[in-house]
Amino acid sequence: MSTIEQEMVHAAEGGHHDHHELPFIRKYIFSTDHKMIAKQFMFVSLFFLVIGGLLATMMRWQLGYPGEPMPGGMLLPDAMMAPTPNGAIMLPEFYNSLVTMHGTIMIFFAIMPLLVGLFGNLLIPLQIGAEDMAFPRLNMISFWLAVPAGILMLSSFAVEGGAAGAGWTSYAPLSVSGEWTGVYLGQQLWLASLTILGFSSLVGAVNYITTVINMRAPGMTWFRMPLATWALFVTAILILLAIPILAGALIMLLFDQTIGTGFFRPEVGGEPLLWQHLFWFFGHPEVYILILPAMGIVSEVISNRARKPIFGYHSMVLAIIGIGFLGWIVWGHHMFMSGMNPLLGTSFMISTMAIAVPSAIKTFNWLATIWKGDLHLDSPMLYALAFVSMFIIGGLSGIFMASTPVDIYIHDTYFIVAHIHYVLFGGSLFAIFAGITFWFPKMFGRMMNETLNKVHFGLTIVLYNLVFWPMHNLGLQGMMRRIYDFTQYEYLAPLQPMNQFISISVFLLVAAQSVYAFNFFWSIFRGEKASNNPWDSNTLEWTVPSPPPHGNFPEMPVVYRGPYEYSSPESDTDFYPQTKPPPSKPPVQELIPEPVTPTPEGF
Amino acid sequence: MTTQAMTAGRAPMPGMKVYNLKLGMWIFLLSEVMFFTGLIGSYIILRFAHPEQFAAPGQVLNINLTAFNTFLLICSSVTMVKAYAAIQQGDQQGLKNWLLATIVIGASFVGVQVYEYIALAGEGFVPIADAYHAVGRHMPHDGPAIGGQLYGSTFYTMTGFHGTHVSIGVLCLCFTYWRAAKGAYTADNLGGVEIMGLYWHFVDLVWIILFTIVYLV
Repeated sequence: MSTIEQEMVHAAEGGHHDHHELPFIRKYIFSTDHKMIAKQFMFVSLFFLVIGGLLATMMRWQLGYPGEPMPGGMLLPDAMMAPTPNGAIMLPEFYNSLVTMHGTIMIFFAIMPLLVGLFGNLLIPLQIGAEDMAFPRLNMISFWLAVPAGILMLSSFAVEGGAAGAGWTSYAPLSVSGEWTGVYLGQQLWLASLTILGFSSLVGAVNYITTVINMRAPGMTWFRMPLATWALFVTAILILLAIPILAGALIMLLFDQTIGTGFFRPEVGGEPLLWQHLFWFFGHPEVYILILPAMGIVSEVISNRARKPIFGYHSMVLAIIGIGFLGWIVWGHHMFMSGMNPLLGTSFMISTMAIAVPSAIKTFNWLATIWKGDLHLDSPMLYALAFVSMFIIGGLSGIFMASTPVDIYIHDTYFIVAHIHYVLFGGSLFAIFAGITFWFPKMFGRMMNETLNKVHFGLTIVLYNLVFWPMHNLGLQGMMRRIYDFTQYEYLAPLQPMNQFISISVFLLVAAQSVYAFNFFWSIFRGEKASNNPWDSNTLEWTVPSPPPHGNFPEMPVVYRGPYEYSSPESDTDFYPQTKPPPSKPPVQELIPEPVTPTPEGF
Repeated sequence: MTTQAMTAGRAPMPGMKVYNLKLGMWIFLLSEVMFFTGLIGSYIILRFAHPEQFAAPGQVLNINLTAFNTFLLICSSVTMVKAYAAIQQGDQQGLKNWLLATIVIGASFVGVQVYEYIALAGEGFVPIADAYHAVGRHMPHDGPAIGGQLYGSTFYTMTGFHGTHVSIGVLCLCFTYWRAAKGAYTADNLGGVEIMGLYWHFVDLVWIILFTIVYLV
């Protein structure tokens, strides 16, 4: 509370208005500027994205070449690899840690902070016309809680017994005792790290929600907000309500391990199924936390690059809210095979399939936006279109698994691995590429290299599908997920060539990402200088310099219309900025002092 | 009440019906509701699944002591309201006095809870499942155990998390008192006192629910 108060006093005393140069440490490290915090989140999560990718690469080596020495494996300690004269072979315990940590790091330390930490911080204040977040110092705390959480998570690789090995879902009783996994301290570090990260997300969510409700510029009614901000707002609500459930469950599991309570230990009467319920009650909203901001980003890019108003703006907003709400009543679909009353299973099946409705509304709206648009097929648009097409595949395979009879057959097989990667990699990560490329000029004042991006896009979309499409087949043929050596089963041994094909594709896919990484860093320093509004966009963030100064807006912006007025006949250009006064209305200066009443367009 | 001080220096905006601090605190409390919902929900599930692991009210837990403690916490909510009422009138001295009273009563609550924990642990009522051997109050120590391991686990986790919230609240109250002593709050600028009160009343409300379902049911 102390920080909030000090922040209030700080802001009331004039805050950013005095333009003194901040010392290095306040400007780049312990910064309270939302744009700097966004960049901090970006660099840290991109680092974790690389780590997560390397973990996946090692897993794929074992699956493509089971039991063969891994190149470079001699560099890893004996706790992970068994040295032989020909090289080092991966140990099964280490494979379990790889499975667990790949999932955990990608979900909690890469995709989530990129979508919420980067785009939430960057876009919310800029798109609603605020000078910063409602609580800038809390925002800084949010980032500096995420860093120690990440360090704890990584350090668990170095402790005795290795990193957590019970899967990213950490099901009890497997996760409760090192007797089963051989992991003791690593599992506890995993729990502690995620608890700290939960605090970080929670603090961020409080900040985002307060900012969106209270800090909008005059004229920025609810239904004039850009869809990215809408999606991030609903996401923040999901985080706010879902994370505490996870925190409670994590702490109970930590107590079971450390002080010996009995919540999830069946031998003393605890309920392992309770963990699954608590985890997925958090976990399913989490899935939408990982996709809603991506949908928002893609809506921005597609409308802008098709030079058309987004089709069905109101239905887009209602679909976001609908998905956010339905996300709370579907968690049981992860547990069809855990033992469940069939009647309850059917209810979860129906509620899960209901999510296809708002998702389809969004998809058709994107398609209708593109329809007969003036398409600019530059890299942000390509990534966004990749999102839409991959999301359709991932969404449809989701319906397969939502139906109980099918799920019984494909549960815990590579089919689910294919599905989650179609929505998380093909979906969220392509949207992140779209978003970073689209807002890169706003963050760094320079454009990314278009040719390199197109090369990266072409390689990634092809290799990505070569990796994950065959996994559907693996799953349908019965190959289970999280398995160290599937060739031990006679009926799976013929899948070896397909696994090898996937592994080679993964190595190429990971290598192809270096094109984007190179382009990213090269463009920060050497990219072509960007104007304030390189994409001819309508939203508020493009009315300020690139990068925007501390305090964002030199004077309070006034908003006259929705964010997607492209190719409007009322405007002489093919875009119509939200801040541009309509010809018949009085000039800006007369509007500022008057308290603004919401227009009938608002709620 | 001037809006300028309470709205971080901004002119009234769309939505600006409640100043940021208060809105932020309400939103934070929503997440707290979910946190305790998770704990209480787990307790209900475990208790329904294993009724034999839980003792009848009063057999193990000292209801009278905790009823007194509940009374203390409710009193501290009253003193918190008085502190807020005082600063609404611009009464700096009244604010400090009532805040001090809230701190003392809140700290007493924590003290009584610690005393209760020590007494219960002495009777074999511990959160460690393997060491659980609660014989009940005023019973010989070698008697048969009452309830089961889940009883200790759930009791200490739920009341412990509430106690942690009260302790954090007392620390925040001390900070509020320190700020009040410096004259930081006025009738126009009392956001800090108001959100402190919101948190404190929330903690009080949670305790009334916990007391009912853990001790009385």
